[in-house]
Amino acid sequence: MKKTNNATSEFLSQLPKNIFSGFVVSLIALPLGLGLALASEAPPISGVIASVVGGIIVSIFGGSKVTITGPGNGLVVVLLGAITTLANGDLYQGYIFTLAAIICSGALMIIIGQLRLGILSDFFPSSAIQGMLAAIGISIFAKQFHVMLANTSIKGDTISLLTDIPHSISLLFKPEYSAIAIAALVGVLSLLIMFFYGKIRNKYFQLVPAPMWIVLIAVGLSYYYEFFSSAPYPIDDSLLVQIPNDVFSNFPTPDFSLILDFKFIGVVIAITLISSIESLLSIKAVDKLDPLKRRSNINKDLTALGIASIVSGFIGGLNVVTVIARSSVNVNNGGTNRSSNFFHSVFLILFVVLFQDQLKRIPLTALAAILVYTGYKLAAPRNLKIVAKIGKEQLIIFFATIIATITTNLITGILIGILTTIIIHFILNKSVLFFIRNLFKPNVLMFKEGFNDTYFVSVKSFSSFLNYSRLKRKLDTIPENQDTIIDFSLCDFVDYTVQESLLGYQETFKRKGGSFEITGLDIHGTSSEHPLAIRSLIPFSKKIKIGAKSNLTKRQKDLQNIANDFSWQYAPKKGHDVSGLHDFVFFKTKKINYLNNSIYDSKSIFRISDTEFSEGEFIARTLVRTTIMTIKLKTEVPKFTLDKEGLLEFIYKFSGFKDILISGHPDFSKRFFLLGEKPKKIKLFFTDELVLFLESNPYYHIECNGNSLLVMRKERLASIKEIKALLDYGTRLEKVITSIQYDELLLKSPKIKS
Amino acid sequence: MNELPNHKFNTILIGVAFSPNLKNNIFEAMRMVDFFDSKMIIVHVGEKTNEKEDNIKKLISGFSDDDEKVNVIWKQGDPVTVIIETARENNADLIMLGAIPREDFLKFYIGSIARKITRNAHCSVLLLIKPSEDLRPCNHIVVNGLKDEKTRQTILDSFEVAQNLGAQKLTIVEEISRQEVKVIVEDDQSLLKDTLIKEQLAQKEDLRVQHILSDVPEDLKTGILIKTQSIFGKRGYSIGHYAKVVAADLLIMNAPKRTTFLDRIFLHDLEHILSELPTDVLIMR
Repeated sequence: MKKTNNATSEFLSQLPKNIFSGFVVSLIALPLGLGLALASEAPPISGVIASVVGGIIVSIFGGSKVTITGPGNGLVVVLLGAITTLANGDLYQGYIFTLAAIICSGALMIIIGQLRLGILSDFFPSSAIQGMLAAIGISIFAKQFHVMLANTSIKGDTISLLTDIPHSISLLFKPEYSAIAIAALVGVLSLLIMFFYGKIRNKYFQLVPAPMWIVLIAVGLSYYYEFFSSAPYPIDDSLLVQIPNDVFSNFPTPDFSLILDFKFIGVVIAITLISSIESLLSIKAVDKLDPLKRRSNINKDLTALGIASIVSGFIGGLNVVTVIARSSVNVNNGGTNRSSNFFHSVFLILFVVLFQDQLKRIPLTALAAILVYTGYKLAAPRNLKIVAKIGKEQLIIFFATIIATITTNLITGILIGILTTIIIHFILNKSVLFFIRNLFKPNVLMFKEGFNDTYFVSVKSFSSFLNYSRLKRKLDTIPENQDTIIDFSLCDFVDYTVQESLLGYQETFKRKGGSFEITGLDIHGTSSEHPLAIRSLIPFSKKIKIGAKSNLTKRQKDLQNIANDFSWQYAPKKGHDVSGLHDFVFFKTKKINYLNNSIYDSKSIFRISDTEFSEGEFIARTLVRTTIMTIKLKTEVPKFTLDKEGLLEFIYKFSGFKDILISGHPDFSKRFFLLGEKPKKIKLFFTDELVLFLESNPYYHIECNGNSLLVMRKERLASIKEIKALLDYGTRLEKVITSIQYDELLLKSPKIKS
Repeated sequence: MNELPNHKFNTILIGVAFSPNLKNNIFEAMRMVDFFDSKMIIVHVGEKTNEKEDNIKKLISGFSDDDEKVNVIWKQGDPVTVIIETARENNADLIMLGAIPREDFLKFYIGSIARKITRNAHCSVLLLIKPSEDLRPCNHIVVNGLKDEKTRQTILDSFEVAQNLGAQKLTIVEEISRQEVKVIVEDDQSLLKDTLIKEQLAQKEDLRVQHILSDVPEDLKTGILIKTQSIFGKRGYSIGHYAKVVAADLLIMNAPKRTTFLDRIFLHDLEHILSELPTDVLIMR
């Protein structure tokens, strides 16, 4: 009981903040709702209905915390297509059919949510999704630009709309069109407000969001003409928002008569696809903003969105999705739980009821300006630059998707995007069989390492959007406050989609106090110099040199930073000079292929590097990669091997060596295997100080070949965290050993003078 | 019930073809014979010629003069049936088979003949990923700890194998599949539940394995570092992946229950391992 009381009081204390942020969000949601509906050729109020229904239902049934729901940008294109074509141009009939499609898609969303298929959204390649969103942006932009310039009658496909833009502009300068020039001016001004809002740093000005400023100014203008100016309001009624007087009593009835029609089913699928993708992308993005770092339940959210879409569809609203822009406004204004979404709906209802008359004064051109800006944002040329940096192949995928989406439709567009990605992966790997053979094999292994509770995830064969869900399922089960290492040493090919998503995990783990490190990517070739470029063990035709400075993985950059912190050097390139290592017993029977990612101090006393070795020459055993530290000693000390597991006993067994017991330290002797050729000297060397150091610190495998030490821990690459620990341990160990006056000790005990 | 304390491989059978691999295969087999102090049967499916006979004699001469120990059998027919039948007739307890490296020489696949033998043999089967002339030390053995009636015997036997091969470390792997956890992680609550259940399952599995371990005679355990490890992944497949990750030298698995045609389409347990050998694999029967 106490717990619920706490929760209630917490909820109440948070309430004012959430009411406020709900209010701010509603200021944006109102103009956007009207605009998005208009852009879809649906009655303007339908967008507001979607916001209201979405806010209320999803805040009750949803699984995310700070998201805002309502009509979405991405849907505009699908809905517009549906409304204009389902009834062959009869807009109202098309709208009624579309409502039925929205309801069906809501049902589909519920099924997706209930079957917990939210993970399906991970089957889409990143660049294809970005291409699709850009295409949607271009479509919105192309159409709304004309509306913004008060040319509402224009029709045609995206490309002809784009090429017609100069024509629409020139129309404004013809005297016979002067009547609409004012409306167009309002539109252009609104667009300028949208673009420069962020640049104006005035806290009072920033109190009201940009879209609301536009509405306020437009409505203010109409009042100016009504009360102060003798001239009539220069914007024609046909260019103003139409809102029925009986919004909440006269709902349109959805028409299900097309339910078995091929075109109708296509619309349902498109709506479901786009709204799921848009929602899931938004939820993922908003989770990264959540100040309380909670994890959203996407399946529950999808179910709630489905219910909301059904309800919204029945009362004439558009379908409901999770929207990123409004959600981030919510977080920025202090929204902490779902109640802000609820209050945003409440305020919307209040607006519509109280300001019905004022809403009717908003010019369409102003709303279109908001959408032009939205479209521009979606298609942002900046995205293009980002994609281009990752690799030329991503650019191909991106453009293939954009062109396909614009010239055909969304579903074909995304399918072509996926196909292009697959073909590019085939070409890059010069093999089709490789993918086919490994596609259905479970390629992810996860286990918790016994000694330090680190989660270790190993990925095999290839990791791309095709099989990413398997990896994701595993990663999702790791608490984010834990240490995790994900290793790609056994993986031949890792694509951009996976790497981008892993970057997201990295951020989340960091936020929640854990660590998430990627190893084994350093040895892969890349297709560009971007850190997230596709990585493959199969060389690319135009190979970019591995270890080129600008092409470092995250782990390599972190290593570089460590080196900088200690003013050490960092050498990422593979070195084949491994002569020094063969003196160590550990490497005696092993063939060392190379050393890379070395960090070392200026005097070359300490050196930490990754190494790859196999068991002996000519034996094609699994290659092992591990991180080792070598320390050069100032004085000569006896050779020894210290190990906890006694693995190396094997090599000594033949030589007849036995575990050396250090007198006075039974615990030490019990815990460690100490081996070496000269037990007496070793016993002398292991002073109390050294034993105490070894006992009180975490365990490492330590070997001494007389003048240098080899310190290592596991037969795998170490994470950055582990490297830092190793570095700390090594430097302290060196201090302890230097402080041992071994020569003097040797002189004092003449018995073992050799 | 095969509760004999000494399961030991008394008769080792190797099927040979006159390929470039012949020498390596025979050397591997001879070493095994040496380790287990057993008899050896070499089966060649095909015509017996003087040249072939000399060839084999030459290879085994360096190893043993004792004619009783090595028996070369020449037979015609379908390789699979011949080898399985010969193994049965001669009471062999281990069949050794070499894998063929595929184009990329770090991956090993096993041919269809070897697969059929593995599935249908009455005795244990050892699959070698790359038979070699020289001795490779066998340091680390990974054994499955599946919840299966055969697991107990497999673990007991693997200690004997470990002793004979001079292994240093033996890891018993318990695989926990997603189906067992029964929780789909969707949010913080289900994650907590999932973590808890996995912890409990891991403990339970560990207890089961520890129980088996307590039955292993002490003298078989000496000198071997014993570890248990729970892994999360697809049953039968992940253990191979694990063996590869830890660079194990030998993977010991239970023999599968009777496999049907369907198992080859919907790969599971052993079939996963056969489709891509992670390391040398010993299938215990």
